[in-house]
Amino acid sequence: MFKSLRSQLTTIWTILQHSFTPAETVQYPEEQPYLAPRYRGRIVLTRDPDGDERCVACNLCAAACPPDCIALQQGVREDGRWYPEFFRINFSRCIMCGMCEEACPTNAIQLTPDFEMCEYERQSMVYEKEHLLISGTGKYHDYNFYRVSGLAIDGKDKGQGQNEAQPIDVKSLLP
Amino acid sequence: MPVIHIDGQEYEVEAGQNILQACLSLGLDLPYFCWHPAMGSIGACRQCAVVQYLNPEDNRGRIVMGCMTPVMDGAIFSLNGDKASEFRRTIVESLMLNHPHDCPVCAEGGECHLQDMTVMVGHRDRQYRGKKNTHRNQYLGPLIHHEMNRCITCYRCTRFYNDYAGGTDLAAMAAHDHTYFGRHEEGVLQSEFAGNLVEVCPTGVFTDKSLMKGYTRKWDLQSAPSVCTGCAVGCNTLPGERYGKLKRVHNRFNAEVNGYFLCDRGRFGAAFVNSEKSLEYPGLRGEDGRFNALDHHSALMHMVHACHAEEGKNKVAGIGSPRASVEANYLLRLLVGAENFAPGFSDREQPLIELALALQQDSPALIPDIQTIESADAILILGEDLTNTAPRIALALRQSVRNKAYELAAELRLEAWQDAAIRNLAQDQRSPLFIASVADSRLDDIAEDRVALAPDDIARLGFAVAKLIGGENISELEPELQARAQAIATALQNAQRPLIISGTGCGNAAVMQAAAQIAQALCQAHNRAMLALAVPEANSLGQAMLTGPGAQSLAQLSKRAAAGKLDTLIILENDLYRRGPKASIDALLANVANVIVLDTLDNATLSASSLALPAASFAESEGTLVSMEGRAQRYYPVFVPRQERRASWIWLLAVMKESEREEVSELHSFDDITRACASDIPALSGITGAAPDAHFRNAGLKIPRQTHRYSGRTAMRADVSVHEPKQPVDEESPLAFSMEGLNRSQPGSLLPFVWAPGWNSNQSLHKFQSEVGGHLKGGTAGARLLLPATGTSASTATQPDATLAPSAPQQPGQWQMVPRYKIFGSDELSVHSPAIAELVDPGFIEISSDDARALGVNDGEGLVLNKPDNASQGELLTIAVATLEVRLNDSIAVGCAGYSVGLAGTEDIIAADKLVLSKADNWKRHKPQIIGSDGGGSTGGDHV
Amino acid sequence: MSELGTIGFGLFIILAAVGGAATLTWFERRLLGIWQDRYGPNRLGPFGVGQVASDMIKLLTKHDWVPPFSDRVVFVFAPTAIVVAMMLGFAVVPFGPDLYVIDLNIGLLFFLGMTSLAVYSVLLAALASNNKYALLGGLRSAAQMVSYEVFMGLSLMGVVMLTGSFSMRAIVEAQTDLWNFIPQFLGLFTFLIAGIAESHRLPFDLPEAEHELTAGFHTEYSGMKFAMFMLGEYLGLILISCMIVALFFGGWLGPWLPPIVWFCLKTFIVICFFILLRAAIPRPRYDQLMTLGWKYMLPLTLFNLLVTGAVALTLKGG
Repeated sequence: MFKSLRSQLTTIWTILQHSFTPAETVQYPEEQPYLAPRYRGRIVLTRDPDGDERCVACNLCAAACPPDCIALQQGVREDGRWYPEFFRINFSRCIMCGMCEEACPTNAIQLTPDFEMCEYERQSMVYEKEHLLISGTGKYHDYNFYRVSGLAIDGKDKGQGQNEAQPIDVKSLLP
Repeated sequence: MPVIHIDGQEYEVEAGQNILQACLSLGLDLPYFCWHPAMGSIGACRQCAVVQYLNPEDNRGRIVMGCMTPVMDGAIFSLNGDKASEFRRTIVESLMLNHPHDCPVCAEGGECHLQDMTVMVGHRDRQYRGKKNTHRNQYLGPLIHHEMNRCITCYRCTRFYNDYAGGTDLAAMAAHDHTYFGRHEEGVLQSEFAGNLVEVCPTGVFTDKSLMKGYTRKWDLQSAPSVCTGCAVGCNTLPGERYGKLKRVHNRFNAEVNGYFLCDRGRFGAAFVNSEKSLEYPGLRGEDGRFNALDHHSALMHMVHACHAEEGKNKVAGIGSPRASVEANYLLRLLVGAENFAPGFSDREQPLIELALALQQDSPALIPDIQTIESADAILILGEDLTNTAPRIALALRQSVRNKAYELAAELRLEAWQDAAIRNLAQDQRSPLFIASVADSRLDDIAEDRVALAPDDIARLGFAVAKLIGGENISELEPELQARAQAIATALQNAQRPLIISGTGCGNAAVMQAAAQIAQALCQAHNRAMLALAVPEANSLGQAMLTGPGAQSLAQLSKRAAAGKLDTLIILENDLYRRGPKASIDALLANVANVIVLDTLDNATLSASSLALPAASFAESEGTLVSMEGRAQRYYPVFVPRQERRASWIWLLAVMKESEREEVSELHSFDDITRACASDIPALSGITGAAPDAHFRNAGLKIPRQTHRYSGRTAMRADVSVHEPKQPVDEESPLAFSMEGLNRSQPGSLLPFVWAPGWNSNQSLHKFQSEVGGHLKGGTAGARLLLPATGTSASTATQPDATLAPSAPQQPGQWQMVPRYKIFGSDELSVHSPAIAELVDPGFIEISSDDARALGVNDGEGLVLNKPDNASQGELLTIAVATLEVRLNDSIAVGCAGYSVGLAGTEDIIAADKLVLSKADNWKRHKPQIIGSDGGGSTGGDHV
Repeated sequence: MSELGTIGFGLFIILAAVGGAATLTWFERRLLGIWQDRYGPNRLGPFGVGQVASDMIKLLTKHDWVPPFSDRVVFVFAPTAIVVAMMLGFAVVPFGPDLYVIDLNIGLLFFLGMTSLAVYSVLLAALASNNKYALLGGLRSAAQMVSYEVFMGLSLMGVVMLTGSFSMRAIVEAQTDLWNFIPQFLGLFTFLIAGIAESHRLPFDLPEAEHELTAGFHTEYSGMKFAMFMLGEYLGLILISCMIVALFFGGWLGPWLPPIVWFCLKTFIVICFFILLRAAIPRPRYDQLMTLGWKYMLPLTLFNLLVTGAVALTLKGG
């Protein structure tokens, strides 16, 4: 009883002391806050170092998304490359949690230090692929998924990926 | 039952199992790759290692393979001991050495057994620094995509393809870490069951090619239990939908029907749902002959108006469909009255199907499901090309002929799951399978004897066998056939579970009667005989049960129409141009003022209608189908039909409600219709048992159609409106269009998908089974409507005046037309699936090379089929029926010519007709075309 | 004071109390901001004081919705009850030697009665809402009121004993030599806690408990009806503060400055203290609240009563 009473009184005293500490609040928008490069703001889709879109439409971001605000449809190009036929983020539902970025196996989806995306129309908060896709590589400059994957695409045949041996000649008798 | 100890716990297990089966049945997680419940063990992948201890004092133990170790009373095992789990981890690590970094772009990702097992054993980092092996892929046809890099050499593909399904063109090639699974050269996989490789392969080597474009992960698919509409077998399927498109069809396990496997027609043929030909709005033919789109209500009012029967005059008739549900047909029958309702069979088919039903209803023999077929130890097929008319049964027969092998194994006390050992033991010894058919079939390689005969001769052979079994004399028969009949009769009599299979396939009633007689003779000889009769379409048998014998035929309707006694004709999901010669159907439709057609896809009949209503396909509606074994099975909507599409039963019920018909005042829901049908039609009284009604709840909850990971709910429709609509409510079934609910232990007819924690692939099925490979926990789907007749006295249907003497020889220069079916092409709807369409050939006629020489044609050239004009009595006057491409086939019965059923250019040919053949001049090969697609296909080609 | 003057003063008190409560909404947020190292509403007008007006406008113009499933009459009546009860409570507050609406000889009892009436407002609101959260809030409120009402009255009996009167004026005047908070420190402590509970201020706002019950008993309320509840709460806060000043801190007594200024100053400090409690102390669990009330506060009050009684008797006897 007395212990808890003392604890409460200490708390009151501590809070009272805060009468003399300055406020932490940043007076946005007059004052702009510092946003770290890894700040979780507006989501973008990036391109690989060769300038092709990184997203392979694997759907993991959509599966990881807690408010289920990502929807996409896979398509496949002539050469076997997967890409999203459409890629939609409903930012009016997005909670900027960054789970999609963590789930992305190709570093395609990234969060940026930009949170100023207010709209008067909720419908304008729905971003399609053309709104999301940027021209750069974002935070990760060197990664190119198709160099690592075993899939043969235009300009990279079987065996030409990183750490890959030449295709096996089935008819060879050599060990 | 033996008691075994696993990790210190005592378990009672089923005798005759191996440790892997026992563990999985007990609900314990033991990783495996090469073992498959339907294919047994070979111990190739080394993944299911456990530690076995000799006795309680033994604390070292030894590693054994779970799938190769039988359970023994008192045996002691460790599943999770360090030694076993470390061993399993290193096995996965070695399997993953060359596995590419592909999961994001792999169609197996998210339902990959390899992923599941890797996570289960805890392997994470590849320690090996060497380069990864790579392989070149092969083109394996339009159905299967090949990505060989991903292979872990478990040999499941070749074991299924070659050993289980009898394929010959997929093999393991090269040796050691060069092993390659593919064809000897690129090309279409020839087996009709190749699609099962998608589900059999534990990783992404073989994937569904039709899903490669517009791929959707398993967790994003909305799926519902469904039934295949490709043929009358009634395999249970799991179609999956996303964004309003049917994405794929997977197998839905049903221990008594399809087990683990589907045929390729069923798996890849359902994509017709997405066809551009599908109707979205009702159409009313205007003055100019073009269709104008209508809204739902005015279409309904037009139909109500057309159906309004004037007092005293009965001028409305309906044509049902053997591919529509029992409920829709029942409602149409109610709407027009039983005397004005035609079941929608062709005139040739109708007596055959009615006979098939009567024979099965009266036969004392067991009407087997597929599981029972697999237990048959002597089989006789009379005139049915099962691989093309009821493919899943052909696959089952490949298992039944192995009963001989199991007998041999039992003598040596080998367990049934010792797959490699039993195959080595039996070599080519098989249970006897006899085939009497019009030409070769895909089952010939496992047949003990095969004979090609004209349909009437097949019947004579069958009657002879029946007589022999009954102890009668068959001396009238030709001596060569006598020997054959004797061999067949002996084999069937010696068998414990003989099976006779026939069907409507060769278009001959006597063949089916012969089959029924054999079965009856066997039953009288105290043998447990089975009789299976194949029928053509998904609900053919149900339709025959609905109408009973003596229903209106198309010919009778045509007559009434010609007499001006029909004003309105309602055609339910039926393309009449596939049911008879074009001229007669044209005449029928021309004589009726209002032709109302309800159908899913645009077709020739629909184009000839005055009012077209868009009917929802099987994937968007609910219904009951009766399969060839008399099993009533329910299918459920996978997704909500788009635009104005409605289930046929909804259209018909709405019309009757609008007309304020007495009969439907008490019918409000789908279940009401099912119940009304069951009480009205005694033969269908069991259909309410096909599945639980809409009030069923699983632990108080509906059953979800979506997995708990279903993604994109708040973004899928955001392009249309950011305000999310309410999830559609399904009041007609116990399933919900949502991820909320419980998918566990419900009846097997309500299983929308399989998933269990840690088991994302379809291998999670064992969590839903009472024991691994056994029945589903909630019971097997479907209600059997046909039970063996009790008495052995045969009805008149099975006792025709059988004569064994050969009939008069055929007129020279004429050929008897015998139907030849194609798994890809003979079916009406599956050919509208893009993948299947690639495999459909143009129509053809098969003749022997001797006949070809006599006619002066070669393979690939054209042949005109002429009908002798009886009226003129002159041989020179003939009517050309069709012109088709010649295919040489020396196995075809003498005097017969096989025509491709359902393929372009063959619609005017009637089975058993005797036609005159002559070489076609200026022959140009048809482009592959589908009957009734644009009207172009039905005119018979572009020859001069 | 004349009749007319009394009525005029009464009206003035009502207006002042309502105005004070309105200002308090802004002031409380600013003060909480200071203690929580932030600003609070600082945008509208000097120091953000315009927030009061804008909040008022917002509440007045909001859609005044009565749920169709509610008991309409009771639903509308409930929020007025608390405001009326609290305003009546002000009648007995002695703001100065001659500044009061009425000097009842049972002033203290009248005050206790009025504050007890406020619970009806909460209960009726909860019942009329036909909402499970509201009902839970109402249940909590009832239990809390019953528990804390008991020792709230008892805690003041010490003061009454020392004074020998229920009249508020007499109580204040009796403190000329010694303010009551010294002999009656236990009484002050228990009354303080009971007072917070009585006005459902944080940390004892379990009937609202927005983390658990959305908004408790006033979940279904919006617009002006919601504003009435807020008004009632802030009036309660001012009233309790006034009573604490009058009962324990000598009321208007004080040197140099006019009595009314002293009274207001003291009240202001007590209000600030209440806000400090809100800033500092978290909400207890429901069972903890009950335990505190019955197991600690009630015995403590009884002990205080006993000792005060004994001392008073001794002093009187001596």
